[in-house]
Amino acid sequence: MILLPCPWCGPRNVAEFGYVGEAGPRPDPASAGPEEWRGYLYGRANPCGWVAESWYHRMGCRRYISVERHTLSNEVRPLATEGAGR
Amino acid sequence: MPTRPRPRRYPARYSAFSLLRHGLAGDHLVPAWRDRELKNSYDVVIIGGGVHGLATAYYLAANHGITDVAVLDKGYVGSGGSGRNTAILRSNYLTPEGVRFYDRSVRLYERLAADLNYNVMFSQRGHLTLAHNDSSLRTMRWRAEVNKLEGVDSEVVGPAEIKKLVPYLDVSAAVRYPILGALYHPPGGIIRHDAVVWGYARGASGYGVHIHQNTEVTGIDVAGGPNGRRVRGVRTDRGDIAASTVINCTAGWSTLVAEMAGVRLPIQTFPLQAAVTEPVRPFLDAVVVSGSLHVYVSQTDRGELVFGASVDPFAGYSMRGSLEFVEGLAGHVLELMPSLAKVRLLRQWAGLCDMTPDFSPIMGRTPVDGFLVDVGWGTYGFKAGPVSGEAMADCVATGRTPDIIAPFGVERFAEGRLLGEKGAAAVGH
Ligand SMILES: Cc1cc2nc3c(=O)[nH]c(=O)nc-3n(C[C@H](O)[C@H](O)[C@H](O)COP(=O)(O)OP(=O)(O)OC[C@H]3O[C@@H](n4cnc5c(N)ncnc54)[C@H](O)[C@@H]3O)c2cc1C
Ligand SMILES: [Zn+2]
Repeated sequence: MILLPCPWCGPRNVAEFGYVGEAGPRPDPASAGPEEWRGYLYGRANPCGWVAESWYHRMGCRRYISVERHTLSNEVRPLATEGAGR
Repeated sequence: MPTRPRPRRYPARYSAFSLLRHGLAGDHLVPAWRDRELKNSYDVVIIGGGVHGLATAYYLAANHGITDVAVLDKGYVGSGGSGRNTAILRSNYLTPEGVRFYDRSVRLYERLAADLNYNVMFSQRGHLTLAHNDSSLRTMRWRAEVNKLEGVDSEVVGPAEIKKLVPYLDVSAAVRYPILGALYHPPGGIIRHDAVVWGYARGASGYGVHIHQNTEVTGIDVAGGPNGRRVRGVRTDRGDIAASTVINCTAGWSTLVAEMAGVRLPIQTFPLQAAVTEPVRPFLDAVVVSGSLHVYVSQTDRGELVFGASVDPFAGYSMRGSLEFVEGLAGHVLELMPSLAKVRLLRQWAGLCDMTPDFSPIMGRTPVDGFLVDVGWGTYGFKAGPVSGEAMADCVATGRTPDIIAPFGVERFAEGRLLGEKGAAAVGH
């Protein structure tokens, strides 16, 4: 079973969460060009390894959480760097 | 269509006579294709020994006489999605581009056994996509009309007709998802996926194409600067290989390989699972798909029931099966066919799917000269193997992008021309 560490509810089964995925900051609509929007919409690193990503605890506290997950082994650890993800 | 050069030397031509002769003599059949030395240079290097890579190699040789070609796979041929899929073939898509494309593939599949001298066991038993609500019924009418316009056999049928085609289906109104109708596609069916892969490998090898298994591409050499970049070759765990054309056919791993050439693809990799039961007597003719219930089922020639569903709920490269998957699957299958309650599941497995934002592939040239892609096959790309191989071979041989794959270029994302192929199905097949 894959457990995600929810800061508010503790470790919970992944099935309780909605997957949001790799998340980055939304470009500023006032200044972003098409290239930047395209990257934001469709660009994903899709690494085979550790990735910072967001999940929505829909069957729990209904808050968004950020974790790091290894996409091959599905190991999960708390986000190393503050501010990455969302 | 150019006249096809005869394969130089098949290891052996298969026929009833040769089977009898070898059977009586008690000797073993020679290997289907031969192992060759890895050279340090080829005209064309194809990364990925699935149906797409091998079909491309085969049509390069068979249709264009380009035989200085190597297919490299980090595992064995068919170790990716091509050996893990549920082998459903059909062409009843939604967009005219999609219908034309997949129809060409089905037509190539229809004559593939003869072309390859290899029994690929294509069984055109009919394909039913069930509608459980008004909106899906409406989409099916739309699909049926687009299909007919493109000359593809496809029609909407009602519950009475469905019951005739699939007697064991619960078409009563008293269920959670009543069956209102279905899109019926008689030419759809299933095929033996391993045979397709092996047949293409054997066919390509017969023309002199090299197939190197256990050969992992670890880097791609690209030369040039601001005025254009050009591919020079690939690096592998068995040495460097020079090549002026490199084709990425690595499906679930395609972003990792493209990244080696500095090309970013709008693709995310998701696992997709499937499962199979113990064999039972033949009772199910057609392939039955339910989008609302997220399942589909077919019965193999051996009698096993093959079940598929939607991709796993989160991205990744893990090919481990999950309990959530079989639980959900079993519940939904029983909703459709309650009489299967006592049938036991034998095994489940997973493969990787390269999902694009618009459920359509990414094919053709990239910003790096000589580096081509045939990826983004998601949960539905096995059926596209022949037409993709044919078109990619054309693209390499002529240097022009064939019309049939023109809509699938990577530039569509930058230009905001997404295709929206909803006929690709919410459940993977
Ligand atoms: C469970 C399941 C059910 C499916 N059902 C259907 C269906 O019913 N109908 C349908 O049409 N499609 C179906 N699909 C989708 C279909 O299987 C794929 O779209 C198709 O097989 C992709 O073929 P391919 O040749 O592009 O890639 P693959 O067959 O995945 O081959 C890619 C190959 O690349 C190799 N590779 C990767 N990285 C490297 C590297 N660095 N160096 C060398 N080699 C590398 C891999 O080892 C692999 O063999 C299903 C998929 C799954 C997982
Ligand atoms: Zn929580």
